[in-house]
Amino acid sequence: MTRVHDMGGRFGDGPVIPDPAEGPVFTADWHARALAVTLACGALGQWNIDISRHARERLSPLDYTGFSYYEIWISALADLLVERGVLTRADLSDQGTKTGQGDDTVHPLAARMLKAEAVAAVLAQGGPANRDSDTAPKFSAGQAVRCRHPAESGLVDGGHTRLPVYAAGARGYIHRLHGTHVLPDSNAHDLGEAPEPLYAVRFAASELWAHPEHRDDQVILDLWQSYLEPL
Amino acid sequence: MRVKALETILTRKGLIDPAALNEIIDTYQNKIGPQNGAKVVARAWSDPGFRAALLQDATAAVSDLGYFGRQGEHMVVVENTPSLHNMIVCTLCSCYPWPLLGIPPAWYKSDAYRARVVREPRKVLADFGVTLPQDTAVRVWDSTAEVRYLVIPMRPAGTEGLDIEALAALVTRDSMIGTALVQCPSQAPK
Repeated sequence: MTRVHDMGGRFGDGPVIPDPAEGPVFTADWHARALAVTLACGALGQWNIDISRHARERLSPLDYTGFSYYEIWISALADLLVERGVLTRADLSDQGTKTGQGDDTVHPLAARMLKAEAVAAVLAQGGPANRDSDTAPKFSAGQAVRCRHPAESGLVDGGHTRLPVYAAGARGYIHRLHGTHVLPDSNAHDLGEAPEPLYAVRFAASELWAHPEHRDDQVILDLWQSYLEPL
Repeated sequence: MRVKALETILTRKGLIDPAALNEIIDTYQNKIGPQNGAKVVARAWSDPGFRAALLQDATAAVSDLGYFGRQGEHMVVVENTPSLHNMIVCTLCSCYPWPLLGIPPAWYKSDAYRARVVREPRKVLADFGVTLPQDTAVRVWDSTAEVRYLVIPMRPAGTEGLDIEALAALVTRDSMIGTALVQCPSQAPK
């Protein structure tokens, strides 16, 4: 089955409420701090982007649904900091954070701290996901393919994957090849980057939904080769 | 507030530098935002050579203008036409082209947008006050990988005499995600 974050196509959500185009980037100061702390902790190099996405996705469905966007980020960040051995549960307890008591010895990762003067370069560098791969592209533009069914990770039970459940088992057409990219299903679980061909795959809305709004509408998803089989 | 507690303990252990946090926030609050994407769109409208290069290899084309980095490492730019309207979403999280549009607005990250736009894009457009002609197909791009998408909206009639700067001023954030159309100044709502 699926996880709570995989909500494409779900029924029951209300209207989308547009934000004013000229509104603030961060609607609360702590949102900005949450984003910045998350980015700065990522710079410690103890996890990758797929591990951090999976940390958000495996919050309990009740928490994920009840939390605001940046509450999800901070909750997952706290989990990751403990799981990867950066902090202890005691560090995160009220006593650790509020009283100023606790272990103040220099942390082994302190040398990796993101410094203000390095921020511009780190953000400009980003984290490209394309890699050389020994796996040759199996599909060409226009070719018909079918998505894996069920959508679950083939590598880890309940593991991270980027195949949304709404596309599981659906027939689509290769729209374009993006090159060879890190496979999130593997990289999220410390199983290696396992790069393989990544495609944009085009689906007719009528293939995905029982009641599409228009016969010519389409949805395009970026999907890895191992998510697809030839038709 | 929990984030403040986390910041305090991480700072005390020498793992984060509050000045670096300020720098990150300043970057996305004041330096990087939809004004970047608007310049790309205005240039594409004005310069056929640039438009062709952008549609061919957007990562290279926007890098040449100085727009690259985190959450924009692999760019694809798609173009609206009278027969095809493009929209961008990330149903699984909140992937968004940061170097060109900055940090996504709350509606882009909302459950309602993520859940609905792939299944009923026209009803979602109606929430934004947008109605498409009946013979325009909608193509929704779900950003499931590290590829980030930007929409070139249709250039409105009546803008023939405008230079790149004036054109860029017409291009809104939402029009580059596909939830708005660009209005000519004389048609723009007051």
